[in-house]
Amino acid sequence: MNSATTMDSPRASGTIDSPRASGAIDSPRASGAIDGYNFAYLDEATKRMIRRALLKAVAIPGHQIPFGAREMPLPYGWGTGGIQVTASILGPTDTLKVIDQGADDTTNAISIRRFFTRVAGVATTEHTADATVVQTRHRIPERTLREDQIIVYQVPQPEPLFRLEPRRTETKRLHALADYGLMHVRLYEDIARLGHIAKAYDYPVMVNGRYLMSPSPIPAFDNPKMHRMPALQLFGAGREKRIYAIPPYTDVRSLDFEDHPFRPIRAPHVCALCGSGDTYLDEVITDDAGGRLFVCSDTDFCAERQADTAKEAAE
Amino acid sequence: MNTLTPGFADPVLDGQATFRAVLEAMSRPGRIQRVGAGLRPPAPLNQAAAAVLLTLADADTPFAHDAGTDAEAWLRFHCGMPSCTTAQAAFVLATGAAPSLAALAQGTEEEPQSGATLVLQVTGLAESDGWRLTGPGIETEHRLRVDGAPDGFVAAWAANRAGLPCGVDVVLCAGDRLAALPRSVMIAEG
Amino acid sequence: MYVAVKGGERAISAAHAWLDETRRGDPSVPELSIAQIEQQMGLAVDRVMAEGSCHDRFLAALAIKQAKGDLIEAAFLLRAYRTTLQRFGASEPLETSRMRLRRRVSATYKDLPGGQVLGPTFDYTHRLLDFALAAEGAAPAVAPEAAAPVAEVPRVTELLAREGLMQREDMTEGEPGDLTRQPLAFPADRPVRLQNLARGDEGFLLALGYSTQRGYGNAHPFVGEIRVGHIAVEFTPPELGFPIELGEIGITECQMVNQFAGSRTEPPQFTRGYGLVFGHGERRAMAMSLVDRGLRARELGEDISAPAQDEEFVLYHSDNIEATGFVEHLKLPHYVDFQSELENLRTIRRSAEQAMQEAAE
Repeated sequence: MNSATTMDSPRASGTIDSPRASGAIDSPRASGAIDGYNFAYLDEATKRMIRRALLKAVAIPGHQIPFGAREMPLPYGWGTGGIQVTASILGPTDTLKVIDQGADDTTNAISIRRFFTRVAGVATTEHTADATVVQTRHRIPERTLREDQIIVYQVPQPEPLFRLEPRRTETKRLHALADYGLMHVRLYEDIARLGHIAKAYDYPVMVNGRYLMSPSPIPAFDNPKMHRMPALQLFGAGREKRIYAIPPYTDVRSLDFEDHPFRPIRAPHVCALCGSGDTYLDEVITDDAGGRLFVCSDTDFCAERQADTAKEAAE
Repeated sequence: MNTLTPGFADPVLDGQATFRAVLEAMSRPGRIQRVGAGLRPPAPLNQAAAAVLLTLADADTPFAHDAGTDAEAWLRFHCGMPSCTTAQAAFVLATGAAPSLAALAQGTEEEPQSGATLVLQVTGLAESDGWRLTGPGIETEHRLRVDGAPDGFVAAWAANRAGLPCGVDVVLCAGDRLAALPRSVMIAEG
Repeated sequence: MYVAVKGGERAISAAHAWLDETRRGDPSVPELSIAQIEQQMGLAVDRVMAEGSCHDRFLAALAIKQAKGDLIEAAFLLRAYRTTLQRFGASEPLETSRMRLRRRVSATYKDLPGGQVLGPTFDYTHRLLDFALAAEGAAPAVAPEAAAPVAEVPRVTELLAREGLMQREDMTEGEPGDLTRQPLAFPADRPVRLQNLARGDEGFLLALGYSTQRGYGNAHPFVGEIRVGHIAVEFTPPELGFPIELGEIGITECQMVNQFAGSRTEPPQFTRGYGLVFGHGERRAMAMSLVDRGLRARELGEDISAPAQDEEFVLYHSDNIEATGFVEHLKLPHYVDFQSELENLRTIRRSAEQAMQEAAE
């Protein structure tokens, strides 16, 4: 052979760098067959590591626990943290509901639900009431969650202080000292400048009077639902490799000031489909002449209300 | 080695079920869960403690115990955890006289999660009467009667709580029953 | 009456079917084989192996085919596969003085033991499009063959170290950390930093390395040497207690020689910036060694003033799989948070308009 061969094809036997030049695949996992994977995708050692982190997270409400997040077959930022938490708690008798923006049929919710159907074969549902585990992005269901349910939040950025202090070495120290002056100053400046707190989602909360926590980018409207919720709340941030939790019946207070109390924000309208006047609404643009209407973001809640109304009308 | 009794019949699903029980116990302090009923661990290990360790311990969790050589051989075979001193352990198993909580790893202000988990074998657990528990995870109050708790445990627990967010979390195990005391819970004598 | 949008599941299936169709392209053009990609797109395969953090030419070529040539997407596919593999342990350190070299250049010495070997390089090619390549089927060029290089080729940095002019590295015993299993913690030790850089995005490393040359960071680099070739990987199974050879991998190593002013405890000497990557990746290895040296500012007691010296900034942003996921997640629905922002903005504007009106009255 000649010396101009690329290094990709070694001169020796030709089998060193390309043992699979024949095209043969020697691993069952490469076949795409899902039977090659463990229950719920993650290997048991990874689940143990995540489970240990979850237990410590529950014992220290609101504190972010670093964990060895794995590289999942879905992109970072698309729910890998929530998926790893769900995969570590899920069992064959669970019923899983996955929502994104409150809806079961948004494409990423569908994709995640389909992932768990493939790798864990668990039952899935769109009904909040029937779920034992709810994985969510950006919403808390309107229906009050029960003691026998767990809600898993997908978290893009677990550090509530990150816009004020991007260095994790520094924010870690601030959490240790419970020094949250930065955030109070930021909110106070909003009020001084605008007359209102300018934070409308991912509105920071104090958990159990100790840790400042990001509730994930849920609308501030949902924050009060976290306070003393009967269900266990778990949070997974895959890219940032953090897990945290709020045990049931734990105090969760949205940061505010005596003269500027926290107020949940929602569009001041009723749902065009079910008529609800106290749920969180999506704004839908219907034409290019200013036409718009508002519908519930929680599609399951809205459908149930519509069905109830229809039943009442029929009776 | 060939006299060792088996671990979980189905490590994946039994591990998952046990974990959910421990998660539930840790989330609702004082609520009793049942785990490990099918296990036959060597004495003095009880079923619940065995199930908890099979579920959570492995080569990444330094381990200290007072359970003797049979239990050590069994746990090492099934979990492969490295032994270490009580002060360094992530999991401490106490089957006899419990070590002082203050002697266990407490974690640091920046990394309170490094505080140890004490798996404490006791003789009985019941929700009917006994201690009054309050704190995160508890709507108003949970009752928990612990038979065979170490002397002075409630006072030691108050001292443990004084170090929050650092401190030790405890899993109480009696037969196939377990209850958990996360460091955040307050205990008052009944 | 308004009817909510439905049918996401069908839309996803249809979109993926369309993706498969566009991957194949015009069916009258012959399909690419994995072997063709592996042989004829070798540097793309090398980059995907490096950023995918998995040395497997076949799988990397398959990933490139599946990703339609999007190399970050291909690296992502390879990473997601890699993470499901069982971890057996850490190999023995590579002894690169025993590499089977195909290229070795030093910028610091005119000649040296082992010599300068150009090897297959783009260097000194004139970047003129070669239209002859467009005519397929021509016989491949044949290069003249040289005598085999001497068995062991000492590293330039070792020659300097023997003279006491090059700082020796810490030989830390035991297994290095594994950032695929443990989250980054700061300060990060050098093995973890190097691991992070070795699989970091080539463009990011290149830009950062370049910035150190333009004064952002106090770098005075010389290429001590670049070596490209093959090396045996050895592993010691605990049950055997002695190392066995697993096979050979292709690697590129770069050692950058940098000045160091010295400190109270150490006389002035040269320090090393180190780069080692899978496959033939000279640009990547060189950029890596510049950034490695930048990140040593803290331990060498130098001022930390430039982006390339800021380990939290560099290590948290080097990974293109993390970066692309998070940048691209912005296209996911955000209408719930956006709605909250809308209402908030409307409220704030109402108060502001009111205030302005009152002021005007």
